[in-house]
Amino acid sequence: MKNRNKLWALYQKNIADDHYYFARSCIRQNFFPASETIFLKILREELGKDIFDDAEQTTCTGIAYHSGLIPFETIQTVVARQFALMTEAGYQNFVCSCVTSFGIYTEVLETWKQFPEEEAKARAALLRATGKTFTKPENLVHTSDIIYKFRDEIAEKSKFRLVNHLTGRPLKIVDHIGCHYAKIFPQEGIGGAEYPYVLAGMIDAWGGQQVDYPERRHCCGFGFRQYLIRENRGYSLSNSRKKLESMEPYHPDLIMANCPGCTFFLDRWQYVLSEMEGKTYDTEGFGIPVLTYEEVTGLILGYNPWDLGLQIHQVDPEPLLIKLGIPYNPSEKYQGACQQPLKHPAKPAILKITG
Amino acid sequence: MTLFEQLSTDIRFQEGLKACIGCGVCTAICPAAQFSDYDPRILVDTVQRYDEHLLESLLKGDMIWRCGECLSCKTRCPRGNTPGYIVQALRALSIKTGLFALSEQGRLQLRLKRTVGEHILKYGYCVYLDEVDTDQFPEQGPVWEWFRENRESVLKRLGAHYGEEGAGTLRKISEKSLSDLRAIFRETGGMERYQQIEEGVSKVIGHEKQE
Repeated sequence: MKNRNKLWALYQKNIADDHYYFARSCIRQNFFPASETIFLKILREELGKDIFDDAEQTTCTGIAYHSGLIPFETIQTVVARQFALMTEAGYQNFVCSCVTSFGIYTEVLETWKQFPEEEAKARAALLRATGKTFTKPENLVHTSDIIYKFRDEIAEKSKFRLVNHLTGRPLKIVDHIGCHYAKIFPQEGIGGAEYPYVLAGMIDAWGGQQVDYPERRHCCGFGFRQYLIRENRGYSLSNSRKKLESMEPYHPDLIMANCPGCTFFLDRWQYVLSEMEGKTYDTEGFGIPVLTYEEVTGLILGYNPWDLGLQIHQVDPEPLLIKLGIPYNPSEKYQGACQQPLKHPAKPAILKITG
Repeated sequence: MTLFEQLSTDIRFQEGLKACIGCGVCTAICPAAQFSDYDPRILVDTVQRYDEHLLESLLKGDMIWRCGECLSCKTRCPRGNTPGYIVQALRALSIKTGLFALSEQGRLQLRLKRTVGEHILKYGYCVYLDEVDTDQFPEQGPVWEWFRENRESVLKRLGAHYGEEGAGTLRKISEKSLSDLRAIFRETGGMERYQQIEEGVSKVIGHEKQE
């Protein structure tokens, strides 16, 4: 136990208490477009924090970098520009929504420690290209770190717990941590790479039960160019399938991920596997719902599920809402901006959709 | 400069290769090795032989393009090597020397350049929903068809600022920010790499046509 505590102490991290500069995620904005809005709302309205959402930020270019499309020098300088925007806005605490970006920002700062000449090159290139200069962040964290830090305050404000209200039993929840959260720099992730606790801590604090299964730490299978190139996409599907097959015997009620790409793949590949193999990974034929941690946080705080964007998931979240005892109006699910009913999406051949 | 001398100047290579003992832990944990002809143990072993011909064959082949960059290998290597970093350096050199275009997987970089690569400079995002349709991405499923068809209304409901000026989800990136990005790409070799990808593939396809 003593050794375990010693090991655990290595993987604690400093998470700033307030005044954050927010860096958005390409994938999260496109595929889970309410999640970042919800994160900002929770920080500002529930926790009373100051967080700056900058119009001038751009992609960090991480997907292109990890696909071999752009040089390291380019991404270092793009990162330097994001730090310059943070500096101009008067902030020191950089928080990013994307796990790939978190890996990139961490990697660039670490590179600059080991190779100071790289930092000098990036500074010079940024100055020549944009006229900007920057101060490095005092604190760099992922958005899930912030929710983890305030998980107990959120639990106090919550209207629902991660408990099946019909049976009174904790919901069985799979946590999936994006590889670049802690596998590159384990000391930068809460709990490190072997026992990451960033999402498990939320599950514990909010009444759920963690599911420990053999492939818990396996990659979702994004693989950057392997997913983006259609001919290579079997890589992505096969790795997600490996995880789903491994977790299936534990009958999870929910998969929660801190990486937007992982959330997407574990959701959509369930649809594809149902079409290809006629198989779903639950006993009722709906599949296992896959939510972002912002969506889960919004649910326990009592936000309307359709304002959280749950209708944009291919695996239907309604069975989960029923288990949680969250009241919702099914007729609001496919409404537009002015509450007008929209034509419903087509239904998959195998995967069941409520309604 | 020999290929090895060029590779050795890349800091990703310097960081990635210490001394491989060939234990194969990287291969055991590797998602790419489980489902394709990629083997990080063999790749690192090949590189540390310092044989120009073997290195050239790696740069011309498909294997370096099979890695998924999850970097699970970095966590696990008991000797502090990172095969994923070595792959980054090999890919950069393969494009620089034009050898990438001799492999099928290497040539696919052109498609990536013309999609993700150009979207970055056009939109300021790596991925933008206007470009993601179910013809290219059928796994998106019927819910995505619905979302795309109704995106303006649904995104407004969800509080996004799709295509609008200012801050917010899916906002239009300002011309000033896009101009900064392009200047950074010009200044740091990003544009040059795009050009090398276009020219490298064009050269090989040209040869094939002549034959």
